[in-house]
Amino acid sequence: MSEVLLEARCVGKRFGGVQALKDVSLTIREQEIYGLIGPNGAGKTTFFNVLTGLYARDTGDVLFGGQPLQLGSPHLVARAGIARTFQNIRLFGNMTALENVMVGRHVRTHAGVFGAIFHTPAQRAEEAEIRRRAEELLRYVGIEHRAGDLARHLAYGDQRRLEIARALATEPKLLALDEPAAGMNATETAALRQLIEGLRTDGLTVLLIEHDVKLVMGLCDRVAVLDYGEKIAEDVPAVVQKDAKVIEAYLGGSVG
Amino acid sequence: MKHKSPAQWFGLALVALALLALPLVLTQVGTAWVRIANLAILFVFLSLGLNIVVGMAGLLDLGYIAFYAVGAYTWALLASPHFNLHLPFWVILPLGALCAGLAGAVLGAPTLRLRGDYLAIVTLGFGEIVRILMNNLSAPFNVTNGPKGITRIDGFSVGNINFSASDSLFGIAFTGPAKYYYVLLFLLLFVIVVNLRLQKSRIGRAWVAIREDETAAKAAGIDTRNVKLLAFAMGASFGGVAGGMFAAMQGFISPESFALHESIMVLSMVVLGGMGNVWGVIAGALLLSFVPEFLRYTVEPAQKALFGRLLVEPEVLRMLIFGIALVLTMRFRPAGLWPESRHKREMNEGRA
Repeated sequence: MSEVLLEARCVGKRFGGVQALKDVSLTIREQEIYGLIGPNGAGKTTFFNVLTGLYARDTGDVLFGGQPLQLGSPHLVARAGIARTFQNIRLFGNMTALENVMVGRHVRTHAGVFGAIFHTPAQRAEEAEIRRRAEELLRYVGIEHRAGDLARHLAYGDQRRLEIARALATEPKLLALDEPAAGMNATETAALRQLIEGLRTDGLTVLLIEHDVKLVMGLCDRVAVLDYGEKIAEDVPAVVQKDAKVIEAYLGGSVG
Repeated sequence: MKHKSPAQWFGLALVALALLALPLVLTQVGTAWVRIANLAILFVFLSLGLNIVVGMAGLLDLGYIAFYAVGAYTWALLASPHFNLHLPFWVILPLGALCAGLAGAVLGAPTLRLRGDYLAIVTLGFGEIVRILMNNLSAPFNVTNGPKGITRIDGFSVGNINFSASDSLFGIAFTGPAKYYYVLLFLLLFVIVVNLRLQKSRIGRAWVAIREDETAAKAAGIDTRNVKLLAFAMGASFGGVAGGMFAAMQGFISPESFALHESIMVLSMVVLGGMGNVWGVIAGALLLSFVPEFLRYTVEPAQKALFGRLLVEPEVLRMLIFGIALVLTMRFRPAGLWPESRHKREMNEGRA
């Protein structure tokens, strides 16, 4: 429980004149649900993008399972065991739900062009295994009845679930969810909460960006708060909630 | 998909029989039509190759004909009196595919970060570079014989059977083009199977994922650099095979066979038929190969019969009708005549 899974050290990122992240350091422990919150534009998604290799960082290091993470190449990050979802859902719209999840298996499978053309026994076995795992994951997130539908035809909540299933297909150790409850109603959010808790029970570590304060406070073991690219607090939810700096950042306490 | 009903088997058998009998029927109309059918099959090869790049991986390539040129010149240089080399087809055809595939990777490597319009411009330039190279590579060492092209290229031959000459079998006379038709038909079968299998494979899914959302594909663990290079190389190798067969059939090639409008023609076939769907692309290639030829033979007599004289040159009218048809198709069926997603839904219904 207390093993450190991910350690970010002084991660910094600048866009032109904007310091989007400034010396952000944080540690995430195994099987923890770790919340990352902050006002709009605080740098939460930027941190995600740096962590998952979509942006090259300017400063700092990230250790994942004790190994330095090769940032800047998203597929290597995925191979190392970090999977993510996007704030504005990014599915492969013209592929079926099942195929979307099958794409997630790419990084853990090997069949190449030769195998595909000649349908070698190894390729056929792998393909069947990919399909089996993908179906299993659709069942896990509860949308197996939509397996054959194009992703863009799925309902909003189902698309969120599909994105999680695709991320899970890469066999991550750390699942990073970027505002998974955005746009969900109360029932959907409750179901999502159950899903995330289930993931933790099954051994996963979850990094969660979320605006829904109730969800974050109820779900997360620890929370970090970003404001203007800097970490201003990191603790259990009950303590963070009472932190003066956090209240100021959210309510604009400097007015008076 | 795997288990077909007897009715489906019967249908397939009928199609196969029709395809086998086609050159014999066409020979009765005129050997020219067999040649047209052969060229149509070559365009199906090209379209299927380009479909991998444009249709599946979503990389707009306007210089695709360059790979056709590489395949054709590989055959021409290795099987003609030009260098006095006469290698057999089973060496040159795979070599042509390999060379074209390498050329595809060479084009792909510097363009990996480009998308859409920008990629189109670079590939367009690449197509022209290859053509101009073929045009000028005659000095100081005469490699391609420049604009004069390469003549007396060896035909396709297996053992003692020369596919360029007429022959008779079981009392039925087969002209050269008719014999080529069967070779091409056989190759076509192979190419279609390869395409279908790639589409439903791990690699094919990665290509489509890149087309749909490259960032999400990266985050899902796809090494987009390698997978895109593979798309360029695979697509190009199809063009290489088509080019080799083209050189063998024609016996003569020159750089002007590989001009920009040929690239655009192949792209039109892919887009018209329905990007990403193998059957749609085949339909598009056959349609755009046959309809203009059909018009070529009907426009002139039709005008003579109607007006008593030739009002508009057949070539002009042909392109006019062709253009209008393309505009209308894009207006009313923007995803192509036989688009991919509908095909997918059909497949899924079949499986459920």
